[in-house]
Amino acid sequence: MSYASNLRCRECGRLYPLEPLHVCEFCFGPLEVAYDYQALKRDLTRARIEKGPLTVWRYSDLLPADREDAVDIGAGFTPLLRCRNLGEQLGLRQLYIKNDCANPTWSFKDRVVTVASTKAREFGFDTLACASTGNLANSVAAHAARGGMRAMVFIPADLEQGKIVGAAIYGSTLVAVDGSYDEVNRLCSELADRYPWAFVNINVRPYYSEGSKTLAYEVVEQLGWRAPDHCIVPLASGSLFTKIWKGIKEMAWLGLSDWTHTRMSGAQPEGCSPIISAWEHQSFDIRPVRPNTIAKSLAIGNPADGYYSLKVLEHSGGFGVTVTDEEVVEGMKLLAEAEGIFAETAGGVVVAGLRRLATQGRIGPDELVVAFITGAGLKTQEAVLDALTPPLHVEPHVASFEEAIARRKEAVTAAAEIRPGQKQRD
Amino acid sequence: MAKQRVKFTFPTGLIKEPVIWRLGREFEVVTNIRRADVTEDRGWVVLELEGEVQEIERGIEWVVEQGVRVDPVPGDILEG
Repeated sequence: MSYASNLRCRECGRLYPLEPLHVCEFCFGPLEVAYDYQALKRDLTRARIEKGPLTVWRYSDLLPADREDAVDIGAGFTPLLRCRNLGEQLGLRQLYIKNDCANPTWSFKDRVVTVASTKAREFGFDTLACASTGNLANSVAAHAARGGMRAMVFIPADLEQGKIVGAAIYGSTLVAVDGSYDEVNRLCSELADRYPWAFVNINVRPYYSEGSKTLAYEVVEQLGWRAPDHCIVPLASGSLFTKIWKGIKEMAWLGLSDWTHTRMSGAQPEGCSPIISAWEHQSFDIRPVRPNTIAKSLAIGNPADGYYSLKVLEHSGGFGVTVTDEEVVEGMKLLAEAEGIFAETAGGVVVAGLRRLATQGRIGPDELVVAFITGAGLKTQEAVLDALTPPLHVEPHVASFEEAIARRKEAVTAAAEIRPGQKQRD
Repeated sequence: MAKQRVKFTFPTGLIKEPVIWRLGREFEVVTNIRRADVTEDRGWVVLELEGEVQEIERGIEWVVEQGVRVDPVPGDILEG
């Protein structure tokens, strides 16, 4: 059961009932879900969690909806992988990757949308809506299909074909908007006021964002009920970053994990880094920017949770880091070649950012580090196409193969020359 | 009558200008400030505008022409 008790204004603290509201009527501050932590502390145990399903709904006590009525396509409980190869290259002895590529629509957005769609259906909405350049569109369309709701998905008119397919296949109504980034934002804000839809990141945003906390719960549980020493997270709106921090703190408050003071570090691409720019200037004032980066899933120029992300950076003692688009591609390749994980551009931002922080000595070699990989690379193939080694083209005979491989200067030894059990030498 | 919640972000050059006062004087729009943070070199104001839809749109257009950035209160809605 859910222990959610109210919505609370993050600015003035006013309380509201659990309804489809997102801003405080008094100060227009954002609303956040509050819980009955005393009851949770009494009732919630590790054993109770461990009996739950292997999805985000395992943690339904800490979410604002009940799992019995969930719109569930199996989001969550993704692998936490110990990464010795990448760790060795970066000088980190305890590096883990939380691989959220393994979600049903291949990104962490399934965590937030399963909660938003469940709550939307409970409120009686028949339409689920969003404005997206990729991952969110896919997840909203898929969950609406599963939940028997209509999906209304707004996309920029110049969106790549592959991303359109990922939303259209689920039968959603796709609306391609001709206009600038700012104009798409403004239109969707007006539509959200005009139509009785559940716009996942507007009127049901307080519920939607809570889904991100499950990343923290899973990591803590998968580490044997301990928190990491250091997390590195990609920053877009900043919501994911603040909710991972909230989840780690909740686990400690409820006595479910030993308290380790986790440092939260955030990474952004240089072409869209309003949060890190403010952090670098030791300011809490976010100056909106016009995004210009290949990391489209992080291209939010006016981040809703930017200010709160800066607070988390300060309170946790974490670091901000920016990386160039070239480093994003390097990061994607590094992760794929070292650990077999093909991440989208946001993953490249995280790995390149992690490399930079490790090089600067801002992450110690013995810290238990978790890097959050939030989406799969097949959706952003165009970002790495030019950086990949092309395939060898050969005629269908051995001589042609051996000639081609020699040209590539790759050493191979024919099987006949190796005894069984003997390793091929470099 | 319609209501619209917006966030104005002022560049340094406009901090001393009474933009919101002029918006209320020159357009049939009621301005109602709810939250703000203004220093000598930058500032933002979250406010509600009330009036006929077209008048609010004309008013916002004028504010943008003055050099003020106008955003929806929840920040960017278009996500990855």
